[in-house]
Amino acid sequence: MTENTQYMSAVIPDVESESEKRAARDHRHDAWFRRTMLGAALLVLVLLASIAGSTLWGGALAFKTFGFEFLTSSEWDVVNGKFGALVPIYGTLVTSFLALLIAVPVSFGIAIFLTEVAPPWLRMPIASAVELLAGIPSIIYGMWGLFVFGPFMAENMAPWINDNLGALPLIGPIFQGPPLGIGMLTAGIVLAIMITPFITSVMQEVFRSVPVALKESAYALGGTTWEVVWDIVLPYTRSAVVGGIFLGLGRALGETMAVTFVLGNAHQFSASLMMPSSSIASVIANEFSEAYTDLHRSALIALGFLLFVVTFIVLALARLMLSRLSRKEGV
Amino acid sequence: MILLTKKRLSLLLASMCLSGMAHAVDVTGAGSSFVFPVISKWSQEYSKSADNRVNYQSIGSGGGIAQIKAATVDFGASDAPMSADDLKAGGLGQFPSVIGGIVPIYNIEGVESGKLKLDGQSLADIFQGKITKWNDPALVALNPGVSLPATAITVVHRSDGSGTSFNFTSYLAKVSDAWKSGPGTGSAVQWPVGVGGKGNEGVAAYVKQIKGSIGYVEYSYATQNKISYSQLKNAAGKFIEPNAKAFAAAADTADWASAKDFNLIMTNAPGDAAWPITATTWIIMYKQPKNAEKSAAAFDFFKWSLEKGQSQAEALEYVALPKSLVSKIEDYWKTEFTK
Repeated sequence: MTENTQYMSAVIPDVESESEKRAARDHRHDAWFRRTMLGAALLVLVLLASIAGSTLWGGALAFKTFGFEFLTSSEWDVVNGKFGALVPIYGTLVTSFLALLIAVPVSFGIAIFLTEVAPPWLRMPIASAVELLAGIPSIIYGMWGLFVFGPFMAENMAPWINDNLGALPLIGPIFQGPPLGIGMLTAGIVLAIMITPFITSVMQEVFRSVPVALKESAYALGGTTWEVVWDIVLPYTRSAVVGGIFLGLGRALGETMAVTFVLGNAHQFSASLMMPSSSIASVIANEFSEAYTDLHRSALIALGFLLFVVTFIVLALARLMLSRLSRKEGV
Repeated sequence: MILLTKKRLSLLLASMCLSGMAHAVDVTGAGSSFVFPVISKWSQEYSKSADNRVNYQSIGSGGGIAQIKAATVDFGASDAPMSADDLKAGGLGQFPSVIGGIVPIYNIEGVESGKLKLDGQSLADIFQGKITKWNDPALVALNPGVSLPATAITVVHRSDGSGTSFNFTSYLAKVSDAWKSGPGTGSAVQWPVGVGGKGNEGVAAYVKQIKGSIGYVEYSYATQNKISYSQLKNAAGKFIEPNAKAFAAAADTADWASAKDFNLIMTNAPGDAAWPITATTWIIMYKQPKNAEKSAAAFDFFKWSLEKGQSQAEALEYVALPKSLVSKIEDYWKTEFTK
């Protein structure tokens, strides 16, 4: 410590030992790291708020002109400037929930198969195949839906559905319609195929994270595979599974090109699943580049804001449901 | 070894710069999908004889007007003419480029292309949802000898704003009062029934897929995709098959001389052999060019297409503009557009 000996007689300097220097440096680095992470998180919030704010601002003209009627009217008249969001909202919700209805059981089945049932040599191929499905661009799904699946629906499935399910007493009208091959049912099925990989991969990850000891004890007590899955694995992973489902739902709500191809772009409200409809994303994709009146453009941006609101409501309901369930368990 | 004196070096650099100025210009245009087949064919042929390249995006007439107003492209193409007020406000001029026909296309089992006969009123009634089955008495009366099945009619219209729709609805408004007071004329109207396809391509795809459907596309889309198209009864009461001769007959009877800025809708033309839904597409450009080089290149391209592009247009079943109209357009360029 040569620098010390020179001044020892005068002042006792505030000398840091090597370890103190390192501690100070680590503290500084840690503080910066925390600030950067905080910044990233705040950036997400700021982006969300600004997107919501800008769509609300852009759609303000439409909301001011039509008021609450914008949500309940099914008119979409560009020539006379009358717009109503009922059909796009209805089409978006119906196709997305239909997709969920089909995709959730299938994804659940695939995830359970991959984690519990499948022999080890089969796990890799199926897992890779599912991941490949996730990588296919959505417009390819749209083209496949229009050129392959649509005619298949029109020739083989639609007449059967119309005759058998359309004749049922209460739910019959939902299944009646001409064999177009395109419509809400086709769009729902194509969307289901698109969101299955996302839900499957999340479910798979969390199922694998269940402690082996829990499962082994259940098996030891004489539980069948089904009982272990339903009573041990699923409750343990409940919130993550719901999170995965809502990831898929989010994708389905916002899906644009695939839906534009197979949903039929009709602005008439129809209760039947076999009829064409339109979704918020498909209306915006179809009409935005040619919307050159202010009111038309504002109506389209307002539709975007409504999609935001719909997604938010669905997510809030999911959180509510989850908290109710965990309260029941006494957590 | 050549001594690189200062004088020689400066000459060398100057000549390099000058030769650099003769580089190819990229002209961009956007708009109507109605003329997309012919403009892309023209740009292919034009690039063989000239350095400049023309790039055209088929985004719909409304899109073309929006893009030229925003000056993001060098020319816009629209099937609906802009009004004199709009042109003045934007400092724009417009001129026709090529003439084509819009044909009703259908997918009926057992009825071959060109065998179905329709008239304006029945076409309007089908698109309004008043006629719902192919064996409706009104259609059977028009088609003696053709066995029309009892299939339901599925109407296919455009889901995006389109000049093709503009001309089609303008024709329907001229032949049907119910259509005029109902959906009316426009590039995007409130279609009472049916599914919407995106672009001429989308409508063609849907009609090909859905049995018992009817739609409307530009004629070359019907012939290139081998879809059945129908005959139509024209204003003179004759049933006409759509082809280049019928479109030319409609264009001949049009009164271009009295139309300012060539603002003339040719639907329901009076001639005996005229196809009732004939249309042209207007090219829209700035009178004071934002980029002189690109504007000059665009004019060169259009001059070439008007004078030498007839064979390509005819190969695609469009009709080249009559010579009298071409000279009127070139006069219009001289007087209205500054180079």
